[in-house]
Amino acid sequence: MNAKKHIAKLILEDGTVFTGYSFAHYGNTNGEVVFNTGMVGYPETLTDPSYRGQILVCTYPLIGNYGIPDNERTNGVYKNFESESIHIRALIISDYSTEYSHWSATRSLGDWLQENKIPGIYGIDTRMLTRKLRDKGTMLGKVIIDENPDVDFEDPNMTDLVSEVSIKKPVEYKAGKKKVVLVDCGTKNNIIQAFLGRNISIKRVPYNYDFACESCDGILLSNGPGDPKINKKTIENARKAMEKNTPILGICLGSQILALAAGADTYKLKYGHRGHNQPCNEMGTKRCYITSQNHGYAVNADTLAEDWRQWFVNDNDGTNEGLFHISKPFFAAQFHPEASPGPDDTEFIFDIFVRALK
Amino acid sequence: MMIKTSKPKKVLILGSGALQIGQAGEFDYSGSQAIKALKEDGITSVLINPNIATIQTSEDFADKVYFIPIKTEFVEKVIKKEEPDSILLQFGGQTALNVGVELYEKGLLDKYGIRVLGTSVEAIQNTEDRSRFTDKCSEINLKVALSKTATNVDEAVAAADKIGYPVMVRIAYALGGLGSGIVTSREELVEKAKRAFSFTKQILIEESLHGWKEVEYEIVRDKYNNCITICSMENIDPMGIHTGDSVVIAPVQTLSAKENFKLRSIGIKLIRHLGVIGECNIQYALDPNSDDYRIIEVNARLSRSSALASKATGYPLAFIATKLALGYALNEVENIITKETSACFEPALDYVALKFPRWDLQKFQQVSTQLGSEMKSVGEVMSLGRSFEEVLQKAIRMLDVGAKGFVCNDLEFNDLDKELSEPTDKRIFAIAKALQCGYSVEKIFELTKITKWFIYKMKNIIDTENMLGKLKPDKISEDLMREAKQNGFSDLQIAILTGSEELEIRNLRKKLNVLPVVKQIDTLAAEFPAQTNYLYLTYHGIENDISIGEENQIVVLGGGPYRIGSSVEFDWCCVNAVMAINKAGYKSIMINCNPETVSTDYDICDKLYFEQLTHERVLDIYELENPEGIIISMGGQTPNNLAIKLHNQGVKILGTSPIQIDNAENRNKFSQILDRIEVDQPEWKELTSLPEAKSFAEKVKYPVLIRPSYVLSGAAMSIVLTKDELEEYLHKATDLNPEHPVVISKFITDAKEIEVDAVADHGNLFCYAIAEHVENAGVHSGDATIVLPPQRTYLETMRRVKIITKEIAKALEITGPFNIQFIAKDNDVKVIECNLRASRSFPFVSKTLKINFIEIATRLMLGEKVPRIDKSSFDVDYVGVKASQFSFTRLKGSDPVTGVEMSSTGEVACLGDDYNEAFLKSLMSTGYRIPKKAIMLSTGVLKSKAELIEELHFLKKLGIKFYGTERTANFYKQNGIDVEILYRSFEHKEPAILTYMAEGKIDLVINIPKTSEKIELDDDYIIRRKAVDLNISLFTNVQFAKRFFKALKHYNEDTLRVKSWDEYS
Repeated sequence: MNAKKHIAKLILEDGTVFTGYSFAHYGNTNGEVVFNTGMVGYPETLTDPSYRGQILVCTYPLIGNYGIPDNERTNGVYKNFESESIHIRALIISDYSTEYSHWSATRSLGDWLQENKIPGIYGIDTRMLTRKLRDKGTMLGKVIIDENPDVDFEDPNMTDLVSEVSIKKPVEYKAGKKKVVLVDCGTKNNIIQAFLGRNISIKRVPYNYDFACESCDGILLSNGPGDPKINKKTIENARKAMEKNTPILGICLGSQILALAAGADTYKLKYGHRGHNQPCNEMGTKRCYITSQNHGYAVNADTLAEDWRQWFVNDNDGTNEGLFHISKPFFAAQFHPEASPGPDDTEFIFDIFVRALK
Repeated sequence: MMIKTSKPKKVLILGSGALQIGQAGEFDYSGSQAIKALKEDGITSVLINPNIATIQTSEDFADKVYFIPIKTEFVEKVIKKEEPDSILLQFGGQTALNVGVELYEKGLLDKYGIRVLGTSVEAIQNTEDRSRFTDKCSEINLKVALSKTATNVDEAVAAADKIGYPVMVRIAYALGGLGSGIVTSREELVEKAKRAFSFTKQILIEESLHGWKEVEYEIVRDKYNNCITICSMENIDPMGIHTGDSVVIAPVQTLSAKENFKLRSIGIKLIRHLGVIGECNIQYALDPNSDDYRIIEVNARLSRSSALASKATGYPLAFIATKLALGYALNEVENIITKETSACFEPALDYVALKFPRWDLQKFQQVSTQLGSEMKSVGEVMSLGRSFEEVLQKAIRMLDVGAKGFVCNDLEFNDLDKELSEPTDKRIFAIAKALQCGYSVEKIFELTKITKWFIYKMKNIIDTENMLGKLKPDKISEDLMREAKQNGFSDLQIAILTGSEELEIRNLRKKLNVLPVVKQIDTLAAEFPAQTNYLYLTYHGIENDISIGEENQIVVLGGGPYRIGSSVEFDWCCVNAVMAINKAGYKSIMINCNPETVSTDYDICDKLYFEQLTHERVLDIYELENPEGIIISMGGQTPNNLAIKLHNQGVKILGTSPIQIDNAENRNKFSQILDRIEVDQPEWKELTSLPEAKSFAEKVKYPVLIRPSYVLSGAAMSIVLTKDELEEYLHKATDLNPEHPVVISKFITDAKEIEVDAVADHGNLFCYAIAEHVENAGVHSGDATIVLPPQRTYLETMRRVKIITKEIAKALEITGPFNIQFIAKDNDVKVIECNLRASRSFPFVSKTLKINFIEIATRLMLGEKVPRIDKSSFDVDYVGVKASQFSFTRLKGSDPVTGVEMSSTGEVACLGDDYNEAFLKSLMSTGYRIPKKAIMLSTGVLKSKAELIEELHFLKKLGIKFYGTERTANFYKQNGIDVEILYRSFEHKEPAILTYMAEGKIDLVINIPKTSEKIELDDDYIIRRKAVDLNISLFTNVQFAKRFFKALKHYNEDTLRVKSWDEYS
């Protein structure tokens, strides 16, 4: 049993080396190392396009317990995953469950990663690693599993990650009469389901599509990976759409794009928010919601124009978590109201948006 | 119109009283936190709780403390006197909740203008009354288990027929699921329903969810409708075993994100609908083959689960629940743990926490060891680690039942399959055995219905065991050593498997550089740099979270799990020791593994290691932290047992030398010392064969007391009266040989027992308290009723006791706390036992005399100068009486008698202006009621019958009727007392005792056990058991009964005074 263990290493850009064992694809990779504090939901998290280019560290130590569910689809998209493929570059965990058990599982996490050629390392002191990322900020890293150590550090935020995860051609999902254009910067499937579940039809378009000219009842700017400022075309189109007073909801990256379109600025957080327990205060009320989050950049609220207001603010660190326009139907949430994985406390945001549709 | 809701000024808090099965130390934790939260807001608190050994009833906690029964009549008296404007009901378990509901229903809250803080009584009733609860769930389309209410046996049968057997029988207002259970046939149902209707007017028949997963969520909600879940927990034992008896892991392990967040949403939806404000717990059953679910119940109060959740996550649930009850919003409360983040967030764990129940079933006669929907465990442990294997093995060791972990225990099972499918307290070991015997995971799953993931993980432990078992110690590679440690193996287990010694493995392991690291519990998975002091050790890591080895640190070892003989009293001692250490300017380190304690609270010590109290782990921490010394004398026998081993490793033990501890613990050595200082003890001898035993017993004359040396075998101590009994006992109970000798000592009849709790400094007696037992010798000191100061002990005896105490302190060079038990007859005083540590009664004597013995002992152990105490301080003008709480109701079949083995699960103590008052209040605090109608007498041997004559004459005047067995009735008739004869069950005649009991015609049973024909003995057992099952007060000790009636001559419910602790001076 011991003989089968393959040594695997995670090397950080500051030179720290973490040694563990491989449990998935036998190959090297690189990326930006980030941590997520969620305690469940690895099938959804790993397929969230916002993780494109990242080496994901799970702070929760026991991973793989309930295996991986099947590829069932509803409304044309995967029911159990957030997109068509795994987006992380590698998975770093403490304790891997070779054996899994769950009624919905059809394979193990290791097998699934292997099928998708994604490396995984277990046996890492993930708490130490997390503390390092917290103190020094997000770092680049590389995973070395096979004998060939020729891998360079590479900052995925320098590349156009959104173009990698966005749909190539428009796709329609039919439901009711009202229609929302979903600008796919790396959307999660559950955003699509949230609208279809409310009987709203969706036209899912590529990130660089000229959506401002599209006739529709509303526009959704989706979540997605990387630095929002790279998405110049999308920001420009959003600005045009705003001029037309079309109702717009931005989620995560979409929130940042909307803010940039409205003339505000964004910045990179030291180590981001990734988890299912981020408290967000609704401004002007005593309400506080627990939200699911996954972002490395944030809107600088100080740079908001006069008729914009902060809608939500993070109760832990005071960063912006949402925006709205005082007279026009523009809304944004930095967190994920569609949850999956995570708490659904803020699902009402879809209801507010639906009410605002033309 | 705006309703003015000003902040309360004076709040009444109801505690939970004595520890009993289903309601234990967790409520000391929650109440203490509530008081602290009130204090922070400048609110005056008044606490009612007769549990004198709690921290919450200590000085500097509540502004006023009442050691009186938690009963509506008494609470009303306090309300009249104190005039509080508000009341907190969520912090005293089911006891406080029940009283709260009664106060509300009787209109007393309205009458006195008292506001209920937090969850309203109406909301509480909606969760407590099963049918109202079901309605509430259906209103918002949530699924509860199919259920029907029944108000009589016929309705119950009809409901079950409709739902289909097997069905679950639930009893409303159940304290920890009392009486609830699955029945598979109509016959069983009728039996159960009959029993239930003697307690309650309504029962519930529910669909059985046998084999479904059982999961729980802890939820908090504020009055602004913010509602979050703090912790999820998964029971490893599926539905069917009470959650208090289940092994529980946090967070949930085998649920997908969809399932997890679905249950979270349902919980929040329901809690909002119910209108809970503060904290609550929701339990679900989850179909293992789909995402179907049922809501099982909601506890709208702090509970055992919430204490566990609080300790498992580091989130201060009770403190925050109090703030929410005061009207704060969640995001207005400071997170006192992290100081960095909001209190409105859901903890993220980067470790797992496993709770394991501790049972003590071998202490009871005739009790069934099978687990079911009625809780039987008396305590629990929680282990922290970063893999399932690690926490499982750690937890099993923490139980302190002699088990070395999941494996390496000498346990055999006659019928393994049955043990797996019909679980007892030994099931975990049966699973280990089955895996060792080659049972497949599939087969074990079929038999146990435990989710396979857990069994796979258990199998990993067996795989490692097999690998180790093939090796010599020097052949263990670094890799295998690390794997073994990561899978929770102790050095001792590895030593056993490789034919080595614990310390040899320890050295080898260190050479291989396989060492544990210290990790923090910070509630947020290291996302922010929280400064928490809450620590554990793991082998899944390479870096310590904190700087270790600071200067000026003192370690206190805690008491481990609550069990019979060691519970909240020792936690009180530990916490007081820690506070004294802090006051003296040292940094305190606490090591303990019991989530129900205050000693494991976040704000008690400078560093808390939530860890095993084993030689290996204490040594690990000692080597990491390099403290000035360790205090082992506060946590009871568990830490005391480590003294000599730690001493031999060069660990500095503070206080009395471990060599002297060994001198006191070793019978031979102790006897020699007593001989030297010319102090008597009952004659005793250690014996290894039957002929020896017989001849010794004949020499000292029967009765004799036998105690097996190997207590874990389950054999109990016993008094034997004849040669035949001696033979029978030795054949049945012990494997008599030189390895397992028995100790036989002369048992002195009709003698008094006296206890001394004392503190000495370098062999000089510093302070002491002498207390006497109400019961004659023969009742375990932990079960006896204790009076301070003594009321019937001769002055000469007291003088003698004091002199002996002084001499023993000197002979053993004691520094610190100690306790001596004496037996006295006609001024002849003998020593029975001496413990060089704090005893169970330290909080009682400290609080009664208002002299903190533990603080003094700790300061002396630290080498501080303590001013001498004025002699007059020991001479008080009032009386304290400590009485024991039994949990026989919960332990089906157990014989509710007291004897030489301890069987009580908790205690209370009340103060009074005189003996009678204190005694009566104490008894009423443990659930005794003053008889109004009739007493059933079966008063044992002639001598004890005669003892009660005078008292019965008095009771007759109160208009109480007497029934009796034929012999008892005849005896009293001859003495001028009218007693109606009732027949024993084997006489098959009416009017029968059992019939009258069942019909509610009897409200007190006196059944004094005696030795006579077996048939009568068996019948006596049935009568006692019936009394317990029917909730009829029961006396089995004649001195105790006599004392009770004497007290009734002076007091009744109305004349008992309520006075706060500070009013006694």
